[in-house]
Amino acid sequence: MKVSVQPQDFDLGAETRAICGSSKVGAVASFVGLVRDVRMTLEHYPGMTENAIRKIVDEAAARWQVMDCTVIHRYGDLEPNEQIVMVAVASAHRGDAFQACEFIMDYLKTQAPFWKKEHRAGGATWVEARASDEDAAGRWSKQGK
Amino acid sequence: MRVTLLFFASLREQLGRPREELELPAGTATVGALREHLRSRGGPWESVFGPNKPVRAAVNLDMVQPTAPIKAGDEIAFFPPVTGG
Repeated sequence: MKVSVQPQDFDLGAETRAICGSSKVGAVASFVGLVRDVRMTLEHYPGMTENAIRKIVDEAAARWQVMDCTVIHRYGDLEPNEQIVMVAVASAHRGDAFQACEFIMDYLKTQAPFWKKEHRAGGATWVEARASDEDAAGRWSKQGK
Repeated sequence: MRVTLLFFASLREQLGRPREELELPAGTATVGALREHLRSRGGPWESVFGPNKPVRAAVNLDMVQPTAPIKAGDEIAFFPPVTGG
């Protein structure tokens, strides 16, 4: 399991291949989040961020069959269309890989200490948290595996 | 009882500092009580820690509820709801 919080970009293909080493792996699900329209700066809480992501990955591995997993989240200044975050989960079958990947992203959005500041023509503003993200994370606690 | 406070994102900007060392007043035993103590400083503290403000907290790198206990040497962070991903 690899968790990295870093300013530099990542290569999804290379990261995905790196978790497919075992012949038991039959499925890899991955997600990449991108910057939409606006230049932004991502702040985080060094130490806690890695800690929080590791806990989320551990929880996913307790709920689904996760053979390997990589989570990379960037911080610092990012331009539109740049990659922000990736999650890749390797499992024997697609169901576990898809669900664990989505679970990790949903929890990351509400539990990992990152904050986005958008830089628009009128000035810089902090992005407000959305209730829909809380809802997305909350649905995993109601539904079992 | 000395603790380290950290502030992030909009809280850091509004309060004008990323961190501070604080000698806790007697009886300040939980994150919620500490939040009240900070609010009583007035000015930007009053508005940042107002009762309806969605402030999150972490103690020693773990996200916690306001009822979480605090002790000497703890690193206590306050920040707005997170917006990563």
